[in-house]
Amino acid sequence: MSKNYFEIIRAGINSTFQDLGRKNLYHIGIPFSGAMDNRNYLLANKLIGNDHNDPVIEFAYQGPHLKYHGDKLNIAITGDVSFKIKKGDNLTDGKCYQTFILENNDELNIISTNKSVYGYLAISGTFDLKLQWSSCSTNTRANIGSNNGAKLSDNQKINIKQINQNLSITKLNYVNTKIENIRVIKGTNFNYFSDEGKRNFFKNEFKVSKLSDRMGMRLEGQKIENIIDTNIRSEGLIKGVIQVPADGNPIIMLSDHGTIGGYPKIGVVISADYDKLVQLTPGSNVKFQEVDLNSAETLFKLYELETQNLISQI
Amino acid sequence: MIKNISNLGDAALYCDFGKEVNKEINTQVIKYFKTIQKKNIIGVNNITPSYNKLIISFDLKKINFTKLKKIIDNIEIIKSDNIQNKKFEIPVCCEKEFSLDIKRLEEKLKMTEEKIYENFFENEFFCYMTGFIAGMPFLGDLDENLRAKRLDTPRVKVPKGSIGLTEQFANIYTFESPGGWNIIGNTPLNIFDSTKEKEPNLINPGDLVTFKRISKENYQNYHE
Repeated sequence: MSKNYFEIIRAGINSTFQDLGRKNLYHIGIPFSGAMDNRNYLLANKLIGNDHNDPVIEFAYQGPHLKYHGDKLNIAITGDVSFKIKKGDNLTDGKCYQTFILENNDELNIISTNKSVYGYLAISGTFDLKLQWSSCSTNTRANIGSNNGAKLSDNQKINIKQINQNLSITKLNYVNTKIENIRVIKGTNFNYFSDEGKRNFFKNEFKVSKLSDRMGMRLEGQKIENIIDTNIRSEGLIKGVIQVPADGNPIIMLSDHGTIGGYPKIGVVISADYDKLVQLTPGSNVKFQEVDLNSAETLFKLYELETQNLISQI
Repeated sequence: MIKNISNLGDAALYCDFGKEVNKEINTQVIKYFKTIQKKNIIGVNNITPSYNKLIISFDLKKINFTKLKKIIDNIEIIKSDNIQNKKFEIPVCCEKEFSLDIKRLEEKLKMTEEKIYENFFENEFFCYMTGFIAGMPFLGDLDENLRAKRLDTPRVKVPKGSIGLTEQFANIYTFESPGGWNIIGNTPLNIFDSTKEKEPNLINPGDLVTFKRISKENYQNYHE
């Protein structure tokens, strides 16, 4: 048995191990997976002095309540998250983008994400995990990844293989900004939709449905009318693709999406806006704004610069 | 050959081989897939072949659409004799408990059960693509007489190993999964093994597949 471990008092709603995901497997039907919000994932690891591809715990809405057993351990939480740390009888509020030291018998209670979906917990050490196709990323629908492809469950243990001696306190001044518009490049089947449907797609707001998860985000709003065919020959998908099935309600493919799909693609969310897209909670409104490929590439460079700038401040 | 390359979003190439779906076009798609895979182009994350499309997704930090398109435009496709296609014979049990939709097919196709199976087991199939769920092979072409539409309401759970038919294709459910294909039997063979780091899927695009009918006894012994 491992000397250092977390005891899970409450696992939370959907807590899974994630890293940068696994590539080169779409052609056999295995999704990319990986952390949904890439920037917050990277920041969690960087704050703690880890490599950029180290496993973290991703949680959605309600996170895990953990009791720690072992030697001193440094932790960092990123996202927009409320959490508490209990040391003996002393209960303090935690802060995101800042490291905290856990000692034997301390408790970390990740209560909830605020107005966002995903948060990340990184530790100054290595989780004891079995990787699958070189990644810990857990896809619970396909039972792929660490923890036997399952989300964390109550009363289980999370073993820590090794603790880094890095116990320095690091802080970053960063606030997750909200996004009003999600920028989109027209999809390969854009002309399958009526003129009104196309206009409405970029003019109206859509509501994020409760039926959204790591696989996809379903939207509700004015139906988008298809005038050619509600099916296409099945073909490859990528994350960010917006498909419109026969019912006229768009579905956005997210990190655990099926690798092949047969619904017309009205658009694709640009890479620079993906992190913000996945953080939209059910019930919130989203509006799409059209951009071209050049702008999308420029916006991605800006996004990358901003991320690098944040990392350099750590 | 690729008819047109466009962008799918800002991080993927959409290579279009035309509208038609047949083995010749799909063989082209697979040749491109295998050639590009062998090239290990820096920044390419995934290459997804399907009936008549090839989608190449990439890391925008390392490469972009214009640069990758240039590489693909100028790629030299490996000769077909360098592509090895494997042959498989998949055992299938068609007992009542496994052939969930055979009665529906009898009605829709206006054919007897015996005829449907005779026709199905005589056919040699070609694997067009794998995916949707891990390792699921899309096999064609079914005889014209066996082509039926999907179920009106898809099943919430199709059992693992189920053999399904829809339009010109047959497939194998590698996991229990939702699905709307007409189920005519079940194979005891494991088509996808997630414990294998290399080649977890048995059947790959371009492979040839035939099905062999087995008795319930053989089916059960297969598990032992």
